[in-house]
Amino acid sequence: MLRKIAITAASVLALSGVAFAAGGGEQHIEDVAFSFEGPFGKYDEHQLQRGLQVYTEVCSACHGMKFVPIRSLSDEGGPHLPEDQVRAYAKQFTAIDKETGEEREATPNDFFPKSSLSNAPDLSLMAKGRAGFHGPYGTGINQFLRGIGGPEYIVSILTGYTGHEVEQAGTTFYENTAFPGGLIAMNPPLSDDQVEYADGHEATVHHMAEDVAAFLMWAAEPKMMARKQVGFVAALFLGLLTVLLYLTNKRIWAPYKGKKQA
Amino acid sequence: MAGIPHDHYEPKTGFEQWLHRRLPIVSLAYDTLMIPTPKNLNWWWIWGIVLAFCLVLQIATGIVLAMHYTPHVDKAFASVEHIMRDVNGGYMLRYLHANGASLFFLAVYIHIFRGLFYGSYKSPREITWIVGILIFLAMMGTAFMGYVLPWGQMSFWGATVITGLFGAIPGIGEPIQTWLLGGPAVDNATLNRFFSLHYLLPFVIAALVAVHIWAFHTTGNNNPTGVEVRRGSKAEAEKDTLPFWPYFVMKDLFALSLILVIFFAIVGFMPNYLGHPDNYIEANPLATPAHIVPEWYFLPFYAILRAFTGDVWLVQLVQFITFGIVDAKFFGVIAMFGSIAVMAIVPWLDTSNVRSGQYRPMFRWWFYLLIIDFVVLMWVGAQPAEGIYTWISLIAAAYWFAYFLVILPLLGVIEKPTTPPATIEDDFNAHYGAKAHAAE
Repeated sequence: MLRKIAITAASVLALSGVAFAAGGGEQHIEDVAFSFEGPFGKYDEHQLQRGLQVYTEVCSACHGMKFVPIRSLSDEGGPHLPEDQVRAYAKQFTAIDKETGEEREATPNDFFPKSSLSNAPDLSLMAKGRAGFHGPYGTGINQFLRGIGGPEYIVSILTGYTGHEVEQAGTTFYENTAFPGGLIAMNPPLSDDQVEYADGHEATVHHMAEDVAAFLMWAAEPKMMARKQVGFVAALFLGLLTVLLYLTNKRIWAPYKGKKQA
Repeated sequence: MAGIPHDHYEPKTGFEQWLHRRLPIVSLAYDTLMIPTPKNLNWWWIWGIVLAFCLVLQIATGIVLAMHYTPHVDKAFASVEHIMRDVNGGYMLRYLHANGASLFFLAVYIHIFRGLFYGSYKSPREITWIVGILIFLAMMGTAFMGYVLPWGQMSFWGATVITGLFGAIPGIGEPIQTWLLGGPAVDNATLNRFFSLHYLLPFVIAALVAVHIWAFHTTGNNNPTGVEVRRGSKAEAEKDTLPFWPYFVMKDLFALSLILVIFFAIVGFMPNYLGHPDNYIEANPLATPAHIVPEWYFLPFYAILRAFTGDVWLVQLVQFITFGIVDAKFFGVIAMFGSIAVMAIVPWLDTSNVRSGQYRPMFRWWFYLLIIDFVVLMWVGAQPAEGIYTWISLIAAAYWFAYFLVILPLLGVIEKPTTPPATIEDDFNAHYGAKAHAAE
């Protein structure tokens, strides 16, 4: 009977994946093996630092990250920059002082600036807000088994330009194999060796795309590692409790139950 | 409480007697916990405790979330991010609360279908059943309003679509919609009242749960055979039952604990799997999402809402004979609420005098088909309303109504049920051997 319940539960869960089926069809999303996938996956500090560099030197020209506090760059489990570096990093931005209402140099306690281009979406939660393709056939199996989600989408967008351009009503659109509808207004942002990594990592378009996708995943879900740990420990202890309760239950019913007949 | 004869609480010490004369609260707790429970209950009977746990979990996490949340259109989304990033353990609180809603609905659906199969709605348990449906409705209202609070894209557009349903009511619809929203469109007034009601309704649910438990403690539990506990004497009743504590409490806690292992694995490792990614984009009244999809637990009813389009001859007929008052949109709204209403009146639609589906050879198959139908409705509710999907949803919605309004009334007349065991004791012994009362 327990098996039946488990199957029922599993099928309901599987089905609910269908909820995200909408759209998606022709998009090509590449599977990238990120370090933070799986139950024990962790963010790679160095990758996040490289991603921050790409974000700062390329993305932030148009995009913002208004929900991410600059101070969190020094968080353990995140980019983990030394505090003096974070303070120095903050100085390149300006912020409106809450008390005086005047513009001043940003401090770590301020947030990243908003998007400077009105049609450039905020990137704070992009890695979670663009996880909406649950292939194949809307079953969610790819996301469930291979951890395909928002970061993969970001990599695919950044590397998915075909080089074709289309002009529609005075605006230039760029063909992109990952973008829904195939035409994106953002021009190809990355080219090889566009940034110079301090750690000597090769700055190919694909590397930069992976690094910035990992960074944006961290920006969207900074507490992911803590969350996985809580989930694991909770499941572990509840598993132990389950065994104890199973034995208790068996014991108290034993006087009433003989061997199962049917 | 009335019902099955059993031992009652006897105040022994002086203080107990003093308290009992003034407030028989220990007696109430004792009688509730020691209620004689049919000893043949199977594993489908564990979901009640899961539901009770969910209610407590949702209220506990919700109260703390409310301490950090700001119900204002300019600040709601940012305050949720504040909870996720800065509040101690806030990410767990929020993910537990969001996934807790999914567990709540998973459990309630299994609980409802268990009742439908074993005839738990039949006399004398009609009140228990109807109170249960009221709880289900209150849950849907609570979940819907809770989903609006993060003020993401799906929050905003879901609220717009669902409150728009009320606008479909002829004549009084638009004033009702304006009254619900607190203005002409979903805005700050809407968010504020939804927050207030989202906080209120769980306590209404808690009160209804007390009534639900009171009702079935009066009639006694149903059981897989649908045969009533013998009530001639205490000795006779004891052959069919065991006290709720410890026998069923331990069994239920074991099942709950196992379910929580899976639940915490989902919360820990894939907390956004059941949610819609668009809700991580702040609400924007100027940008409509490509597909507005409700949460998974609303999909079957959403599918029924969309199933009856203007192309269906029944809809056209109704529109013709009501002089256009009931148009396709209003018809869909009636169908959606009607699909729950037919569940509420099922005690009077089922004409069979055998309670449990185990002894109804024809009923079983129609029931299994109803489960498949529910799953199909859930799937099709997430698909775009076009092409083949409209046909699938129409057929699936039609079966839902046919099951309750045609099949159940007819089956009672044409079906020849098999014979249930004479007593619960016989059923139990057939499974586990006659070893009863060895402990005494």
